[in-house]
Amino acid sequence: MTGLEHYNYWIVIALMMSGLYALIARGNLIRKLIGLNIFQASVFLLYISVGFVRDGAAPILAPGVDSYSNPLPHVLILTAIVVGVATTALGLALAVRIHGAYGTIDDDQLDRQRD
Amino acid sequence: MILEHAQVLVVALPLLAVPVCALLPSRRWPGQFATLVAWAVLGFAVLLMAGVAEQGVLRYQLGGWAPPWGIEYRLDAMAALVQLLLALIAAVVFPYAARSLADEVDDGRVGGIFAALLLLLTGLLGIVATGDAFNVFVFLEISSLSGYALIAMGRRRRALVASFRYLIMGTVGATFFLIGLGLLYALTGTLNMDDLATRMPPLSASPTAQTALVFIVAGIGLKAAVFPLHQWLPDAYAEAPPAVAAFMAATATKVALYVLARFLFGVFGLEQLLEVPALQSALQGLAVAGMLAGSLLAMRAMDIGRILALSSVAQVGYILLGFALFSTAGLAAGLVHLFNHALMKAALFLALGAIVHRVGSGDLSRLEGVAHAMPWTMAAFMMGALSLIGVPLTAGFVGKWYLILAVVEQGQWWLVMAMLVASILSVVYLWRIVEVLYRRPAVLPARHEAPALLLLPTLLLAVANLVMGMHATPLVEWSMRASASLLGAGS
Amino acid sequence: MTAGDWLPLLLIVPMLGAAGILAAGRVPNLREGVTVVTSLLLFWVVVQLAMSGAEPRWVLTEPLPGLQLALSPEPLGLLFALIASGLWIVTSVYAFGYMRAKHEAKQTRFYAFFALSIGAAMGVAMAANLFTLFVFYEALTLSTYPLVAHHGDDKARAGARTYLRILLGTSIGLLLPAIIWTHQLAGTGEFTPGGILAGHAGPTVAGVLLVLYVLGVGKAAVMPVHRWLPAAMVAPTPVSALLHAVAVVKAGVFVILKLVVYVFGMEFLAGVPLERALLWLAGFTVVAASTVALRQDNLKRLLAYSTIGQLSYVVMAALTLGTTAGLAAALHIAAHAVAKITLFFTAGSIYVASGKTQVSQLDGIGRRMPVTMTAFTVAALSMIGLPPTVGFISKWMILQGALEADQLFVVLVLVVSTALNAGYFMPIIHRAFFRPERAVAREHGEAPPPMVAALVVTAFLTLLGALAADILVSTLAPVMTAGSSG
Repeated sequence: MTGLEHYNYWIVIALMMSGLYALIARGNLIRKLIGLNIFQASVFLLYISVGFVRDGAAPILAPGVDSYSNPLPHVLILTAIVVGVATTALGLALAVRIHGAYGTIDDDQLDRQRD
Repeated sequence: MILEHAQVLVVALPLLAVPVCALLPSRRWPGQFATLVAWAVLGFAVLLMAGVAEQGVLRYQLGGWAPPWGIEYRLDAMAALVQLLLALIAAVVFPYAARSLADEVDDGRVGGIFAALLLLLTGLLGIVATGDAFNVFVFLEISSLSGYALIAMGRRRRALVASFRYLIMGTVGATFFLIGLGLLYALTGTLNMDDLATRMPPLSASPTAQTALVFIVAGIGLKAAVFPLHQWLPDAYAEAPPAVAAFMAATATKVALYVLARFLFGVFGLEQLLEVPALQSALQGLAVAGMLAGSLLAMRAMDIGRILALSSVAQVGYILLGFALFSTAGLAAGLVHLFNHALMKAALFLALGAIVHRVGSGDLSRLEGVAHAMPWTMAAFMMGALSLIGVPLTAGFVGKWYLILAVVEQGQWWLVMAMLVASILSVVYLWRIVEVLYRRPAVLPARHEAPALLLLPTLLLAVANLVMGMHATPLVEWSMRASASLLGAGS
Repeated sequence: MTAGDWLPLLLIVPMLGAAGILAAGRVPNLREGVTVVTSLLLFWVVVQLAMSGAEPRWVLTEPLPGLQLALSPEPLGLLFALIASGLWIVTSVYAFGYMRAKHEAKQTRFYAFFALSIGAAMGVAMAANLFTLFVFYEALTLSTYPLVAHHGDDKARAGARTYLRILLGTSIGLLLPAIIWTHQLAGTGEFTPGGILAGHAGPTVAGVLLVLYVLGVGKAAVMPVHRWLPAAMVAPTPVSALLHAVAVVKAGVFVILKLVVYVFGMEFLAGVPLERALLWLAGFTVVAASTVALRQDNLKRLLAYSTIGQLSYVVMAALTLGTTAGLAAALHIAAHAVAKITLFFTAGSIYVASGKTQVSQLDGIGRRMPVTMTAFTVAALSMIGLPPTVGFISKWMILQGALEADQLFVVLVLVVSTALNAGYFMPIIHRAFFRPERAVAREHGEAPPPMVAALVVTAFLTLLGALAADILVSTLAPVMTAGSSG
């Protein structure tokens, strides 16, 4: 068993880190949201990897197949994707309102403006 | 028939009311409708509380699917207590909001804002009602999303920024929680919390389990505003409309703390927790740091909403400290304080809302002598403040008393000293407010008390603080029972 | 009516009084009538309770299982209640004269909070357990705060803030942990003759507890927690009288005496090593405060430091341990109360009549205000401990107690401080009667009649106390014996 065998988990970690980095380091609110999305996507991949069964077929009952992938993580992650979409939509809507109220969507400039 | 399904109806009712509320015309109807729904929820919560008192644990299988495949709703003593708290706060705050929010927001948004408030209530009730770990995540996000939207409704444009930052932080926290759940599922193959608890013990030494624990504690800690993950809270609560701040300060962090207790003791279990190196001292350290940092920051803030929000950070520290003692007495003390803190913080934020409603600001520099114009509101504020300090015969004293007893039981004197220092600091920052509000300005303001619909709920909660301080025995006994059953089940 | 029915009245009468004062706020004569009637009524209730001799128990509420808010009279508590309620009558009469003469604002609020703080003092006196004691102790602090801050200017507010900070800080930071610790050790906080800690705590733990209690009861003003007392001098003179003689500092030393007798038990305390250290601290406070008083020119500040010294006499006597010393401590509470209230009354009268506040301005004032200054002399004699005053008897008993307990340190402190007391009171009397008046700023005579009447009464009490001391001692003796033998 080498480290490469679990390459999907390495991808998950790489995505997670780049997402978190964008989230923290970027001042632009839209970029922050993009970072958030990358971060969430990494978790979706994590779940899907967990559900994967080597040589398993899609979880649809069919004759001659006795090994299926686990469908539950997929279902869960569908829910999580919906939640993610809602979050992004709300975040974008807020960004639009912030732009309207402040004339900028840069985090540092927002702090500089007093009320 | 209805009683049988009360466990689900208590969540489904506010959920079904959401679209109705969003479509209601007129400024007044949405608020009144939401109030009615909240009162109905309170009725169900009381019924369920009685059921739990009689039968111990109530279980309900959604759609008739048996666990661990189907989703199970599970109500034990701890969940019933938090559910009742949610329903109570909603029943008192919603009529208040019906008056104050309708005045604060544009015509077109009134329906939407009450729909969001009901959705928030749904999410919080759902978290408490469910016995399924993934369901907790979904309801957590439902409550969070509606929370972000509500905070953005604040008077100042700063509310938008506060809401956006909370959204980013909150989503990261929820995602951490999700990672933790994923790891748990990979390890055990189940998401039912009872099922998890039975399968965890042999696996608890595995790094995966411990990593899952860290992710879950960090994710929920963020939602609960545990120090140092509290940064979102002061801005969010200070900028939100006061009625929303009152509701969220009293319930949202409390439910997150409930989830923390549920996972720590109900899923991982006491013995496994003790195997994780330094977990206990880390939690205690964070609790104390939160108590002190929140109080110190509150001493320097100028906005009353901000002061109250920062004091929440400190109070979360107290509750967390109770949990982190890892003892029956400690958990019970934490639960008592959780319940009582909701009462006092709601009373304080409602009083603040009444002041803001009249004066148009919550800034200390503009509130000199307000007490002379609004004596009743200030009386309620004083009551809440005394309770927050922990003066005997108020609700706040009870939790602290049991917390100190639980700490002394373990002989950890430094924790006692930290609690007392934080209490003294709370006297300082609250006294600053009281002094300014009672100061006699050159021109005495005319009597200008808040409208009755704002005043009555505020006074009701203020009196509740007194009543819960004088007759704490039922709450204490119930918390002891909840704590004993949870720790008994976990180990 | 049985004795048990009187107990609730101790709280109800002052509260109703405060409500009545607020209701009658627009009519000054009526308002002051209500005050006097309330104070008389309260005193009568206390007397009835004392006469009945029964020790009933009244439970207000039981907020937590096993934690009661309960009142129950016992001889020490009755003594304190008698002092506080009795002196309230005189102080009220004095206050009418003072407040009217000075045209003070917000008099209604003043009288209402005055009544409330007396109610809190009654609660402290009758507390049946540590929890109840703590509740009323804090209530007393909070209800006196508006009185200290009465003038409402920056100076008053700063003084009041110090007052609040020190009293709340010590009580929450030291007294409360001590109470909780005691609960944890003994499983109860009930005041029991002979103490509750014996057998539950080792000498070291008991020593730490005693330190927490003595410093935690900030109202007793043992150094280094004495600073609130001079800071509170910003208050009107009747409030100073309330703080120094009627309720607040008296509550402090009374609580310490009560803790020594009913929580620790004298016998048990004798085996606690740290107890000696506290005795020395109290002795040090006596001498240090008297030395500071020697250098004060402001009359009220001088009296404040004198109070700090006198309080530590009580603490010191209580910690000397033994029946005589314990009785001396109780008697000295009473002795200091009547004498110090007289001194504050005279200081206020001088201020109202002549506007003078400094000792150095008092040359020849005895000729303009002979009654006032005679009363001052009587009270000063009592403070120094000279016959024929009650102070002489209490000091004599402290001395006796110290000799019985072989505490030569206490004897030494008594000798030195008596010299110091004489050192700061005698020059004032000398100035007032024997020095010629300097430049005449304004013609004046005595202060308004109610004030003079009040201070004459208290001066008489200072003399009468010498005769009544016997009765007091014989009433209290059984408590102290139970304390030292139980």
